[in-house]
Amino acid sequence: MTTTPEPPTSDVSEKTSAPLGGSGVRVVDTDQLLSLRSVTKDFGAVQALKHVDLDIPAGQVTALIGDNGAGKSVLIKTISGIYPASSGQIFWKGREVHAHAPKDATALGIATVYQDLALCDNLDIVQNMFLGREETKLGQLDEIKMELATKELLKDLAVSTVKSVRQLVSSLSGGQRQAIAVARAVMRDSELVIMDEPTAALGVSQTAQVLQLVRRLADRGIAVILISHNLNDVFSVADRIAVMHLGTLVSQGPIANYDTASAVEMITTGASSRVTASARAAD
Amino acid sequence: MKQLRRLWQGDSGLGPILIGLVALVAYFQIRNSVFLSAGNITNLFIQSTIFILLGMAEIWVLLMGDIDLSIGFSAGIGGAIAVILTSSQHHWPFWIALPLALIGCTLISVIFGLIVIRLRLPSFIVTLAGQIGLAGVLLFLIDSQGNTGGSLPVQEKVLYDLVNGNFTPFATWVLILVSVGLLSVFILRADRRRRSVGLSDKPMWLAIVKVASLIVAGVALALVFNTNRSTFTTLNGMPFAIPIDVGVLAAGTYILTKTRAGRYIYAIGGNTEAARRAGINVNRYRLLAFAFAGFTTGVAGLLYVSRLNGISTGIEGGTYVLYAVAAAVIGGTSLFGGRGKMIHAVIGGLVIAIIDNGMALINVSASGLEMVTALVLLAAVVVDAVARRGSTANG
Repeated sequence: MTTTPEPPTSDVSEKTSAPLGGSGVRVVDTDQLLSLRSVTKDFGAVQALKHVDLDIPAGQVTALIGDNGAGKSVLIKTISGIYPASSGQIFWKGREVHAHAPKDATALGIATVYQDLALCDNLDIVQNMFLGREETKLGQLDEIKMELATKELLKDLAVSTVKSVRQLVSSLSGGQRQAIAVARAVMRDSELVIMDEPTAALGVSQTAQVLQLVRRLADRGIAVILISHNLNDVFSVADRIAVMHLGTLVSQGPIANYDTASAVEMITTGASSRVTASARAAD
Repeated sequence: MKQLRRLWQGDSGLGPILIGLVALVAYFQIRNSVFLSAGNITNLFIQSTIFILLGMAEIWVLLMGDIDLSIGFSAGIGGAIAVILTSSQHHWPFWIALPLALIGCTLISVIFGLIVIRLRLPSFIVTLAGQIGLAGVLLFLIDSQGNTGGSLPVQEKVLYDLVNGNFTPFATWVLILVSVGLLSVFILRADRRRRSVGLSDKPMWLAIVKVASLIVAGVALALVFNTNRSTFTTLNGMPFAIPIDVGVLAAGTYILTKTRAGRYIYAIGGNTEAARRAGINVNRYRLLAFAFAGFTTGVAGLLYVSRLNGISTGIEGGTYVLYAVAAAVIGGTSLFGGRGKMIHAVIGGLVIAIIDNGMALINVSASGLEMVTALVLLAAVVVDAVARRGSTANG
């Protein structure tokens, strides 16, 4: 695991950047699903991301934590193709990729569930699940096929609280809406699901349901990036932690290397001698 | 009981307005027994045609949270194009002139749609400018035909017959029974297919009730249309305008409920950003909705000139638009986008025509007529809002 206690200098990023592949295709020798190497994002003079090296393994929940303005949102927007990176490389299953638009990332299998969930209140669950990729038969919507698939997936994901999949989304609770947004990402064969503060607006029991859902995604082999301010959630569900501070990824590693106190310290100051030491020991 | 409440509130919210419709009919019938005579019912359908068609045109844009204030005069222009091209002066065949009128209206809406979408302007202002500008264009078109005294008569039989022509009583029966039969088969087959894969959450009798009421309504309509409605000669059979209305209704409903385009129009109206993120080309479908609105406006324009047997500079295009919006809203379509059905314009248009027609039958002045129409519009919005709040609380 790469830990960069200080903002990385150029030789750090060189060390971790990918070797050149044979036919001009850059590949990186890693078993990670997604790897970022020295990814930088500038908005004019403002450097929102500074040489970020991040690894996301399949089947694990990686919690991305950091204070407001630490660069979490910019980082996930870079991964999901909303902001193209200013420099650096992004590797998907070992191959370098360039996502210039959200649809490029979607085509790779990256789904992002934003806080607003992007659901249409006036459509029902099935219609939302298949929005933009409806099943058709002879040019006509195949409602039966879509409804059956929705029912099956919700059963698979143990989302049992919705009464009918033909319910309008406007009639659902916050947790149910979150579940539908996540299920939609799964339905699209996503291999990486990025969730932005999924529990921020939820009560205790609904939070527990959503966290169970996150866990089930990982158990299905899906990689999850979970942005959260709530360290209780993070420590109850995450396998790995990545900490951002002022545009820099200051630390990442297995959850066992962290505890609440060290995580808070890193979020606020960008460093914790104790954790970096234990993380090094773990490596 | 729960089923009844679902029917009442439904997502179309047709319950309250249907009861209102029945109440209006009952009231006028009690006050004047001519109201429910076969002749007057047929007349009602003809009178409501302009509100229904313009209402259906408006629903396309209302569904996206937009509005098109120009369709009243646009319909006038479409009608004028058809009248002028088929006149004895130009005598183009109807099968070129009528489609050209439809294309003209479609293009007008597409142009306004492009301005709204490309320049990201509010449709209200753009189409308000359109309304004023098209009123001018219509004047220009009529004046360009020489000294006409401000009106042009229909001089082509097909155009005249769109509203004034009737099927023979036999053809009326065949047409209505075939349509009802086909629709019943579709309803029953869809219900059986859902049932066969274990998806149906609605009781079987609901589909049967639907089909039964369809057959009853069809037979009743055929009987009404086939009753002689002239005191001097024989005048019976279904007016050509009715299947045109029904055809536009069926096509619009099909597109909205069975195709991707329709699904996307609802999605854009419900949450534009969500639609965009789902990979939907939002601008393309918004423009498509404007085009559908324009086409429907063209049909309305053709029936308008057919019914009035001509086009005049006195057409109240501005008022017609507002009645179109009223028809859509009375039927249950939301002004904020995402909620509405083509059938809403039919119900709303009928309500407006019933008030119009009924008030005239009981000799109420124009002032009373407009005030009552206003009250019904207001009542429809209030009842809809209250019922909706109820359904959210239950949800």
